[in-house]
Amino acid sequence: MSDISIKITDRNGTLHKIQAPTDMAMNIMEIVRSYELAEEGTIGVCGGMAMCASCQCYVNSNHELPEMSPDEDLMLAEAFHVKANSRLGCQIHINEALDGLEIELAPES
Amino acid sequence: MIKTDILIIGAGPTGLFAVFEAGLLKLKCHLIDALPQPGGQCSEIYPKKPIYDIPAYPEILAGDLTTKLLEQIASFQPGFTLGERAETIEKLGDDTFIVTTNKGTKHHAPIIAIAGGLGSFEPRKPPIPNIANFEDAGVEYIIRDPEMYRNKKVVIAGGGDSALDWAIFLTDVAAEVSLVHRRNEFRGALDSVDKVQELKDAGKINMITPAEVTGVLGDKKVTGVSITKNGKEEIVLEVDHFIPLFGLSPKLGPIANWGLDIEKNAIKVNNALDYQTNIPGIYAIGDVNTYPGKLKLILCGFHEATLMCQSAYKRIHPNKKYVMKYTTVGGVEGFDGSKKEAPKAVIKKIE
Repeated sequence: MSDISIKITDRNGTLHKIQAPTDMAMNIMEIVRSYELAEEGTIGVCGGMAMCASCQCYVNSNHELPEMSPDEDLMLAEAFHVKANSRLGCQIHINEALDGLEIELAPES
Repeated sequence: MIKTDILIIGAGPTGLFAVFEAGLLKLKCHLIDALPQPGGQCSEIYPKKPIYDIPAYPEILAGDLTTKLLEQIASFQPGFTLGERAETIEKLGDDTFIVTTNKGTKHHAPIIAIAGGLGSFEPRKPPIPNIANFEDAGVEYIIRDPEMYRNKKVVIAGGGDSALDWAIFLTDVAAEVSLVHRRNEFRGALDSVDKVQELKDAGKINMITPAEVTGVLGDKKVTGVSITKNGKEEIVLEVDHFIPLFGLSPKLGPIANWGLDIEKNAIKVNNALDYQTNIPGIYAIGDVNTYPGKLKLILCGFHEATLMCQSAYKRIHPNKKYVMKYTTVGGVEGFDGSKKEAPKAVIKKIE
């Protein structure tokens, strides 16, 4: 098990190149919080249950991601600023296959 | 004016448990919450989800935790101001406080305990460019008085329980009910989805899916909305009211302007002692506070509430002696005259 590299563009447009552990059962929302890339209280409001869409992000690289669960799909159907590449960060679990992933945080809503 | 010993802002698990700890010290509590029911996030966001880290409950649903806490504090007769948001605070000459809500309800107490979680829940407003011009002129994010829709044409947007439940309810009130959602599938409870299907088949709900309201029409008040269906087709729907129901998101809100030290959207407290803020007499407990090593866990909120109450007691009764007593020893004497206590041991002689 080793760390992977991820590029995250925050809500102010700043790019961060960060390392994410693959052995702590973490997801993208939690990685963003651990590096404090979004203001506390504005991301991961529901804790990661796909019930609030505060961790919406746009996936800009061509990585193969886990398929969306119906929960995630329907939550995104009620989110704002949704694009074709929108996902909920809390539903993307960090693993070796995601090395080099590039994401951008959606605006706060 | 509502008078109490500890005014608790926020009726989530931490605020509710504070009532119990205060009650053991014979202090009365009153709670204010912006939501119409107690329980905070546990009842608003995830009532049907299990929690696994409440001590001695291997698993408990968030909704059940709220029910149990309400049962535990019932004999201490807490007061509630629900559906109102704490707006302003005023410190009086005798170091007591008056907190006024957005609806003007005034509360007077010597101790304020902010147990506000991530803040008060505000409706999420869709990013439609001109929507702000129509707030309270035909656009409502929360249904406060269903009667205002009597014999009106109404369009609801959203795909969760509140969108479904209100669509169902308003079919008996409004002249016309339309429901717009970006998917054909809905997130709400299955029986609500079935009921909407039934009402749609009976011609009582006009379903427009997959579609999105993209514009609000009207001069001074709403006369219609424009809807984009299937991602391209534009529809204009004549309505008197547009009700976007896209859930709630927490905002720290007016508390941020109370002169408290705030860091990372949370209130800084003295964690070495009693979770008091920079303003003596105002405490912050649970998810709303921050200190080195803070964890936003319900169980940590319970601990913070307990220490806060001991400190509040000393502040209210500076010269009164007291030592903490175990409930097993002292029992629980409610303000309603009830008393729970350990059964007395039966002593029997051996012949």
